[in-house]
Amino acid sequence: MEAIRTEKLTKSYGKARGIIDLDLTVEPGEFFGFIGPNGAGKSTTIRTLLGLIRPTGGRAWVLGQDITGKRNDLLARVGYLPSEAVFYSGMRVREVLKLSAGLRKTDCKQAADALCQRLQLDPERKVDELSFGNRKKVGIVCALQHDPELLILDEPTSGLDPLMQREFFAILRERNRAGTTVFLSSHVLSEIQRNCHRAAIIREGRMIACDSVEALSRTSAKRIVIHGAADLSGLSGIRDRQDTEDGVSFLYSGDMAPLLTALAAGHITDLSVAEPDLEEIFLHYYTEGGEAV
Amino acid sequence: MTLVRHELRQGRVGFWIWTGAIAALILICIVLFPEMKTQMDSVSEMFASMGAFSAAFGMDRLNFGTLLGFYSVECGNILGLGGAFFAAFIAAAALAKEEKDHTAEFLLTHPVSRVWVVTQKLIAIAVQLIAMNAIVFLLSVAGVAFIGEEIPWKELSLLHLAYFLMQVEVAGICFGISAFLRRGSAGIGLGLATVLYFLDLIANISDKMKALKYCTPFGFTDGADIVTEGALDAPLVAVGMAVTAVFIALAYWQYSRKDIR
Repeated sequence: MEAIRTEKLTKSYGKARGIIDLDLTVEPGEFFGFIGPNGAGKSTTIRTLLGLIRPTGGRAWVLGQDITGKRNDLLARVGYLPSEAVFYSGMRVREVLKLSAGLRKTDCKQAADALCQRLQLDPERKVDELSFGNRKKVGIVCALQHDPELLILDEPTSGLDPLMQREFFAILRERNRAGTTVFLSSHVLSEIQRNCHRAAIIREGRMIACDSVEALSRTSAKRIVIHGAADLSGLSGIRDRQDTEDGVSFLYSGDMAPLLTALAAGHITDLSVAEPDLEEIFLHYYTEGGEAV
Repeated sequence: MTLVRHELRQGRVGFWIWTGAIAALILICIVLFPEMKTQMDSVSEMFASMGAFSAAFGMDRLNFGTLLGFYSVECGNILGLGGAFFAAFIAAAALAKEEKDHTAEFLLTHPVSRVWVVTQKLIAIAVQLIAMNAIVFLLSVAGVAFIGEEIPWKELSLLHLAYFLMQVEVAGICFGISAFLRRGSAGIGLGLATVLYFLDLIANISDKMKALKYCTPFGFTDGADIVTEGALDAPLVAVGMAVTAVFIALAYWQYSRKDIR
């Protein structure tokens, strides 16, 4: 049984926005990344999976249960962190956490206290007075305190300072090692690259790639940086060329022999050949569709 | 009951402001009555002979010089408008506010069904309406006792029951509308209550417009009818409760299928 499975899942809002024919599979125990720029359909996918909005086509299952059926049992086993966590005004953090636990008919006071302490969140503060980052922490505790089987996190790190991000990911990795499936949407590629096993890339509502993070990062292309001068005009397979003061940097996916010949003919003072990082791959997926991001 | 409790907590300031305001205004009117009564003998006739204006408020058939006549016009209007506004206010906001304040996402990603949410919100509205009416009724009775008048239990109970049922219908209609709204609920609720109130005034003024009584819950809160008949107008109440049921069913239907933005 997959943690998440969608078959041609589609949600259209009348206009172009939404998701189209999304086929997605997340296995239990995975740390799965969902990458795309703002407006690509990440939140729409997540909100559809949680039953906040109804799909206009296709099907989807979360923890083996159809999302269009009764969702109570499903939602009881899921923890969700919305991209913008908003709570009832006038309440204290402690009251929000208690309400969330109450709606789940559980008492998770201990877990809540421990999480508040780790995230340095004062439970006596009023939610209206919290900064964006601190409100996010309340959302994180709400998503984690009942120890769910599946965590669905929508842009979880926005607003968190770097130290908190590190603590947050440490908690996620602990949970993941203990068996929790993590589904994480983000437009920050480095956090996907550092934490996720597999990732899907979504663009304008369509999934354009889905593979292990390693495989997504691994392409035949290399990032070549040279200092000095060389005539590269005859070479094919050069992308993302950036000329610098004393050299040039580019992604190269052509044959190595002509490149080496061209470099040998020039005056090179320094040379580096490296695997492109996910950021560059991402750019590659996004520019391939014809428009640069 | 988690959500009912939460709703009551969220609404408690508004509840006490409305209940306090309505009760205070009614008490002021009651306390003013003894003084009014001494002057009323001459004025009563004038009030009764203002043609359509008198008819609109039922003053052509009620004696302003008696406690019941005075109470059903003055206090009736306070409880009628105040109660209707309060009912409209809380019911119209009930479902819409979650989306307006972006808390729907928090609430509905917990293991609760939409039907359960609607039910809990209805219970919370019912609790608030019952509590408000009970408090106002008790204070009114106490006020009447305070000025030394005999308490007309039957008529007073019937008047308050009629106003309560009217609020139930206003709340039901607004609740149904609330399921379709994403914002601006308060304005729509209060506007609707005002329109319903004036429909009743128009129905009272013109015989040709009598049928309008069936279109507004204020139709069965007519003090003159209740006091002179000693009973509520059953067909009017039945129509009102049927309308209420339809709008509540509409709320369940719409809220169960709507996309939460």
